This record gives sequence, structure tokens and C-alpha cells, in this order.
Amino acid sequence: MEFETVIGLEVHVELNTNTKIFCSCKTSFGDPPNTHVCPVCTGQPGSLPVLNERAVDMAVKAALALHCQINQDCKFDRKNYFYPDLPKGYQISQFDQPIGEHGYLEIDVHGDRKRIGITRLHLEEDAGKSQHAADGSHTLVDYNRTGVPLIEIVSEPDIRTPEEARLYLEGIREMMHYCDVSDCRMEEGSLRCDANISLRPVGQQEFGLKTELKNINSFRFVQKGLEYEEQRQREILAVGGEVVQETRRFDDVSQTTLTMRSKEEAHDYRYFPEPDLVGLHIDDAWLARVRATLPELPMEKRDRYIRQYQLPAYDAGVLTSDLAIGEYFEAVVAAGADAKSASNWVMGDLLGYLNGRSEGIAATPVAAVELAELIAFIAADRVSIKQGKDVFKVMCETGKDAKTVIREAGMEQISDMSTLLPLVDAVLASNPKSVQDFLGGKEKALGALVGQLMKATQGQANPGVVNQLLRDRLNALKAVE
Amino acid sequence: MGKPYTVKQMLVSMASGDTQPSDWTQHSLGIIENTDDKIGAFLQVNGEQALQRAHQLDDQAAHWRASLSTTGATTQGLFGIPYALKDNMCTKGMGTTAASQILANYIPPYSATVAEKLTQANGVMLGKTNLDEFAMGSSTEHSAFQKTHNPYNLNRVPGGSSGGSAAAVAAGMVPFALGSDTGGSIRQPAAFCGVVGLKPTYGRVSRFGLIAFASSLDQIGPLTQTVEDAALVLQYISGPDPLDSTSAPTVTEDFTRLLTGEVKGLRIGIVRDISAVGMDPQVMTAVDKAVAVLAGAGAQVVDVALPHSAYAVASYYLVAPAEASSNLARYDGVRYGRRVEGETLLDMYERTRSEGFGMEVKRRIMIGTYALSSGYYDAYYKRAQQMRTLIRQDFDEAFQKCDVIAMPTTPSPAFAFEEKSANPLQLYLDDIFTVPANLAGLPGINVPCGMSNEGLPMGLQLLGKAFDESTLLQVAHGYEQLRGFTMPSPHGLEG
Amino acid sequence: MKISEDVVRHVARLARLAVCDEEVHGLASQLSDILEYAEQLQQVDLTGVAPTSHPFPLKNVLRTDVPRPGLPREVLLANAPDDDGEQIRVPAVLEG
Repeated sequence: MEFETVIGLEVHVELNTNTKIFCSCKTSFGDPPNTHVCPVCTGQPGSLPVLNERAVDMAVKAALALHCQINQDCKFDRKNYFYPDLPKGYQISQFDQPIGEHGYLEIDVHGDRKRIGITRLHLEEDAGKSQHAADGSHTLVDYNRTGVPLIEIVSEPDIRTPEEARLYLEGIREMMHYCDVSDCRMEEGSLRCDANISLRPVGQQEFGLKTELKNINSFRFVQKGLEYEEQRQREILAVGGEVVQETRRFDDVSQTTLTMRSKEEAHDYRYFPEPDLVGLHIDDAWLARVRATLPELPMEKRDRYIRQYQLPAYDAGVLTSDLAIGEYFEAVVAAGADAKSASNWVMGDLLGYLNGRSEGIAATPVAAVELAELIAFIAADRVSIKQGKDVFKVMCETGKDAKTVIREAGMEQISDMSTLLPLVDAVLASNPKSVQDFLGGKEKALGALVGQLMKATQGQANPGVVNQLLRDRLNALKAVE
Repeated sequence: MGKPYTVKQMLVSMASGDTQPSDWTQHSLGIIENTDDKIGAFLQVNGEQALQRAHQLDDQAAHWRASLSTTGATTQGLFGIPYALKDNMCTKGMGTTAASQILANYIPPYSATVAEKLTQANGVMLGKTNLDEFAMGSSTEHSAFQKTHNPYNLNRVPGGSSGGSAAAVAAGMVPFALGSDTGGSIRQPAAFCGVVGLKPTYGRVSRFGLIAFASSLDQIGPLTQTVEDAALVLQYISGPDPLDSTSAPTVTEDFTRLLTGEVKGLRIGIVRDISAVGMDPQVMTAVDKAVAVLAGAGAQVVDVALPHSAYAVASYYLVAPAEASSNLARYDGVRYGRRVEGETLLDMYERTRSEGFGMEVKRRIMIGTYALSSGYYDAYYKRAQQMRTLIRQDFDEAFQKCDVIAMPTTPSPAFAFEEKSANPLQLYLDDIFTVPANLAGLPGINVPCGMSNEGLPMGLQLLGKAFDESTLLQVAHGYEQLRGFTMPSPHGLEG
Repeated sequence: MKISEDVVRHVARLARLAVCDEEVHGLASQLSDILEYAEQLQQVDLTGVAPTSHPFPLKNVLRTDVPRPGLPREVLLANAPDDDGEQIRVPAVLEG
């Protein structure tokens, strides 16, 4: 029997506000434990939440970017459960009125564009961090992260392969970067992902029994974990078995998924409207204000690059994968460079150099105008492409501009006598007619010989020096005659 | 003992230079010293700290008096006035327990907004008063630490949950104390103890730092000897608070401005369709008489209907426990308060909460958890919230026809200890007159309206329009002036 | 609505309350009384009635995204039943 895979992702994104969602503590990551805490985020008796306006702005922006309908009237609810890193015994979240609903994200799957539906996007507070002692004796709790604003993005079960899941997750990250609402660093936990996966016989409408995959901590593992899980389920179903509905986690050491300890009870979160907060009304003006801050979105930009710059889809994809890369590329073109050359340089040499140092485009040592200048040197045949690559490396290492590097390396003009003399002799030997003409008094013939030599050095010979050398040699011949 | 001094009397005396703040603090501490072993109103008295603060204020007294003469005011702030806080309001560095074992050793790292405001108004905080654990109850018998006795009869309860505050004011230990009212917890003990108790409009006073019972119902207010004092205190504790999202964006007003004694032309609504099981006819008669007094002074009495008030107790006893079950989830032995160690985390949670909470609190957590749990939300919690809407609409309509509504505060005067502890539901039903105001968010006040045959105070309750405390206080004050009797001193302490 | 002792035990677990048999018995009957009383809400037609979760419909109470100092760690830990000087310590959270 042939099976079809059905995957849905729940993605949590930490918003990069300055302060927490319901109190004025900083959201900084990596500081000593329990140094960004206050009565509100540690759930002291009597403390009350007050909503951070910027967190709402960012959630609305993300929802708009994901083509969600915005619930202009929405509210917060309490999700009740006990956990040591949840100080109030409930998480303030949104239950039946999420900020955004019915959106989608487009991904490119081997050249085909696919739309993955987004069921909902809602705003909530993060929990703290629990650190479990290796010997299992106790757990330590840090509340710095408690109350950091999160958006939860729930996809429709539209994803059909583990690869699509990875592309979707990368797409979400890209979108959040574009909107400048999150760093989306999986290793720091500012982007987190849970996946639901089930298989069903091809053609069957209803979904099969699903497993939930948790603790996915890298983009690669999303795909790997789901591939493993897909295979595991297929093997079970192939022999007529039944998939156990459970929560599993991906173990990166064994590269397999394992059953997580089953919960002692089914969750009953007892949602109800948060009485300590008032309703949210995002009026048209507010919506318009946020909409105005939306950048051109990745897919639109991709299409424009293909159209406007006649770039291959692959190039457009790479260049728009990050807002800053696109901006850089466009600045190189704006400074006069040919689009395809600019694309090649950015995707190849520049990103190669930066990736080698695990840096982003923001760390580029070569400004866009400087790269444009280098491209111009090459276009004018003043340095060869091969030389250009060497020049670029030096530019990266020294921070000098192309002109300086070329001059200092003497690449552009050859003035060195020992290099030029053999060339001069070769030109004289291969152009006896011009030599005779010159010796016969035709001064003009010298120009032809200079031209030949410049051609032989790809224009890099210093014309003044060449002129002098030729004249010296010819005069010497004259004297002999 | 003599008639207790009011806030106003103390201010006038200090304004004239006859007394200074430390005199009143000492006076109050003396009464507490002499009587509180019999009453049990205070969980904690900070005499030394209070005296220190009062002496600081003594040094500023001349300056204060000078500011009064330039502004022409007779009062300015609550300068040097001793007061008490119900022990569910956080005080930085000073234990705050909500009368629960689970918070027996809790020292708040911050102060409630009301505590900050009273400090700014130059009041002198003497200590923290007893209450039903987490303000759940109407007799203060559910305090984990001690009983509080009704100053009018030591064998009777003071009411609750602000029983400590009501008893302290009734016994003259402090001229005012703050209480909190979720379903009558200011007005009912005020009625039982023969004092004035004001529950302001929801949102009038910041809840920041008030240990939550039911967030959409809780409201802080004053217990005082007189309506005028209640108005004065409200002045200094009310106002919007950026730390409480539900505090109303009101502008400052002078709540004493309508206290003229005049009630002529005001419309008093009376409700014929609200009744209680076990209604004491004495109380009904006293309330009818009070309404007649107002009518005699030119107030117009009109019939109004609150058809859904019959469902108020049912609605309240779902909404309040539901919110409470969530509000009390934070007492888990992790970050503060009492922890009872266990083998596993689940053990620790269950032991901590079972030993830390008293039975009434557990009962309400259970009701609330059930009402919110999967499959029951729509049938219980949601219907209760829908009923709130109908109750609000009833009031909206009633207030088209009248300015204030008059009814009893309680069906009967103070009951004896343990008289009503066998059947929780029966005790809940006694809240019939007080819970509608909380469900609708409206202001309500108890004004003593007579003494029962057994020598116990009885209370008239007046309810006002949202954010119209001024008119409510005007009628309450008018009645107080016109009622033609003075409340006898608490005789429980005599002999 | 009669509340069975099993339901009482289930709800107690949800609320993290340990209840002994005697308490379960008492709670079952008290909860039944209270919820039976609350049944009267079922008799009213509430179709189309919006629930009130706040007495007054305030909207958009927000704060600006500006950091303010919170609590020093030692103040937080001073109230903690158990800590290691930096973090709060609890019995092991069992997780796979």
C-alpha cells in the first residue's frame, strides 16, 4: 500500500522587544539566572500584568506578513497548568480569539511554489528555563525568560514531506527576519518547533493516528527527525500495525525519535478569559500603522528579482533569503554593476567568505559600492576575473578598496622593465613591417607597436614605460643601421 | 469606653494644633493593647515602626498646618492618621499572609498601590488585620491563625472576609482600615460590626498588590466610623494606576463635595423582587424605616426591579471560585511561601497545597476547577458570565429610574461562631444582597441603620451607579445625618 | 448534578490537592449541593447573551516597551523555600 505523509508544525517565535510582554523586565538572553525578574514575572501574590504595546505591534506585523486575517477585537486567556517554570500556575495566552487566523506561507519546493496554510497566530508569554540535574535529583529554575513575548504559529496539515517541513520552518524564519520581529535563533531557543506527523493510505480523506515530535533544536533535525518518524510509521503500517498516538522527541545522538515519558494525565488547561487584562481593539489606524512598516516580502521580492534583473530563480532565492543580502545586492546594482555579475559575486565570493567565518551580511568588510567598483574594473578588462577574485580576497582582509588593492599589487599597470623588455622584443620581432616603417621615418608606426604590446599585456602595461622602451630599442636598431 | 474618634475629628484636632500625629498613634496603640486580646482583629501590629513614622510626622506638623491655612482646607491628606490594612494587601518587607498557612512566612518584595498611596497621604500604618483565608468567607472564621470577635458581642462573628478591619474600626482601634470586597467582604462585616463600609466601583481603586481572590470582582475600599471618613479615605486611595490594567481612567474628584446632608429630590430605588432565605424581619423593618427617613427628607422612593438577582448567588459562586482556582495556582511551594517536601514534584505540589490551604479555600478551588474543566465550561462558567450580563442590564435599567438603590446588606445580624459552618451553601446564600454589586461592578455602601433586639448592629445597603460614588455617598451621608440615633459603643467590651 | 467521588479525585488532581477519603466524601456532597444550586442557571434562556468577563469594557490598556529595574536576585531568593544561590530548586521534574 502506498502512504501519504501529513505534517503540521507549531512554531514558537520569541519577539525581540526590549521588555517582557507583561512587565518592564529586560528580555536579554544569556545573562546570569534570575537577574531579569520582578514581582509580575515571578508571579508574586497581588502582582498584575500590563501589556507591552510593541509586542502587539510585532505580532500584528508577523500576522500580516503571513497573510493572516487580523482579529481586530481579541483578548487574552489563561491556560492553566502546573510547572515550576510557570510562576503563576497559568500561562497568559490567546485561546479562541488569536490575533491572526487563516494565513499562509509560500515555499519553493524544487522550483514549484507551494502554499502552506496557517491556521492561527497568537500572542503569549514564554515560560522560564528548567535545568534538570544530571543525576535526576532536582531541577533548577531561572525566570529570566519568563514573560518574554512569544508568537505561536500553527500550520494547517498541508505539509507532505519532511523536506517541505524544513522549507516551511526556514520560510518562517526568513519572514520573521524580514519583519524584524525576532532573531529566530534555534540554538538560543528564540525559534522553537513541534511537529505532528501521520501517514494515511493515498486517497484516504481522514488523517491517520499522529505522533508529536518535540525538542527539535535545529533546522536540519526537523527534516531528519521527521524522515525517521515517517519511516518508522511506514514500517508499522506496512505490517498492519497501529501507530501509538504519543509525544516523541528527536535524539540527535542516535538520530532517531524516542518516546517521551507519557503524561500521567490528559491535559485539561481550563482556559478562561484573563480577568487581569482588558480587551484589545486593533482599529484600522493601528493596523495601517503596522502595515506601513511591512517590508517587501520574500516571495514578492523573489519574483521582482527574476523580472527586473532577469536573474535565475536560484539566484533570486538566495539573494532574498535574507533581507540584508537583498539590500546589499540591490546596492551593488544601484552603484552601476551588472545584475548577474553582482549576483555571482554576492552569492559566491562574498557569502562564501562570510559563511567561512560564520558571519552574516552585516559583517561584510566590502561595502556594496566597493564591490561595484571591482566589478567595473573587471567589466572594463582592467583586471581579469581571476585577478579580480584575488583583489576581492585582499579587500576582505585589509578593508582597502579595489582601486587601492589593484594599484598596490601593480595588477593594473605593468611598469617593470624585466617583465616588459622580453615583451617589447617579441613585439618588435613579430612586427617587422612596423619596425621598418618607423626606421623609415614614419613616426606613426610607433603607435601601432605600443598598441600591440598593450594587447599582449591585456592593457596592463604602463603605456609611458612601453613607449620609452620601444623608442630606446628602435633607436638602437637605427644606430646599428 | 468612649465614642471612637473619626478621621475627621483627628484631622481637625491636629489642624488646630491641639494634638499631633504621635498622640493619635499612641492612642490607637493603647486601644489595641487593651482590647485586641479579646477581639483578635490584628494579625500583626507594628507599633514601633508606626510610632517612628508618627514622630517624623510630628516634625512636619507645623508645615502641614501652614499649608492648610494657605489653601483654606480643613484637611489635607490623611496626615498622621493611624490605620490598618487587611492582610491581603502587600506591604514591602512586612509579612503579608492572606491569613493562610501557605503564606505564613511570606515577605512581599513590593507594596500594594493602596499602601503606597496612603504613605504618600501621610497616614500611619499600624498593622495588618485578620480575614478569612484568601478573603474566602463571611465570618473570618476561616483565618488560619485566629478568630476575630464581634466587638458588639464577643460570641458572634465579625462577618467577613474583612472581619479584622471591621472589628478594629468598630472597637475604635483605628479610625479607618482598608478591606477588600469580592462578594460583600467589606459591606457585610461593616453591617455586622456597625460601621460604614464602602465598596467602590470596580476599577476605582487599584488592585495592584491586593492578593487576588477573584480578579474581576475584587475591589479595595475603606471601613470607617462615618460616611464622611469613607469619602475622605476614598479620595486618597482611588485613581488610575499604570500597574493595574483594569483600573479605570478616572479623573480626581472630591468625594466629600456632595456631603451636604441634603437628599431632597434624589430618587431612591427599592427592590421588591429580591429576597433571602431566613430573612430576619427586624432587618427588613430597619431598612424600611431607613428608606422612610430618606423619603421624609424629600427623597423620592421608586420601585425598581432586578429580576435576575435571584441568580446572582449561583453566578457568583461559579465565577469567583473559577477565578480563584486559577489565582491560587501560584501557591505551589516553588518560589515563596510554605513548601512541604515530597518524593516527587507532584508530591511536593499536593502536600504543599493540601497542608497550606484551609478547607474553605480547597472547597472553592475544587468548585472553580470543576466549573472550568473540560466539558463543563459552557454549562457553568460561561453561563455564569452570561448571567452577569443580564444582572448588569437589570441595574442599567433600574438606574434609569433612580439614583441609588436601597436594600439590606445582610439577611440577619451577626451570627454565632460555628453557627453556619456545617453547610457551606446555606452561608453562601446569605450573600444574596451583596454579590449583585460585585457581579455588575457597582459601588455599594453599608450604613448602620439600627440595633437588633439582641443588641447587634443592622445595616442598610445603598448601591450606586458606576463611578458615581459621589451621589452614593451623598445619600449615605444624608441618611447618617437624618437617622436620628447614634450607634451605641461596642458593648461586647464592657464589663 | 451529583458529583461522584471519582470526579472529586480527578478534580483534586487537576488542582494539585491531595485529598483523603474522608475529605473526598465531604467534598462530593458539598460540591453536589453547590453545583445543584447552580443548575438554576440552566433554566434561563441565555441564547445570544454575551458573557461579561469585565464589569466595564475598557480597551487597549498598554505600556511602552521601556525597561525598568526589577528585583535583585537575592530579594527573589529570600522568599524561596530552596535555592542554590542563583536558581530556585525543586524536586526533579520528570521528563523523558
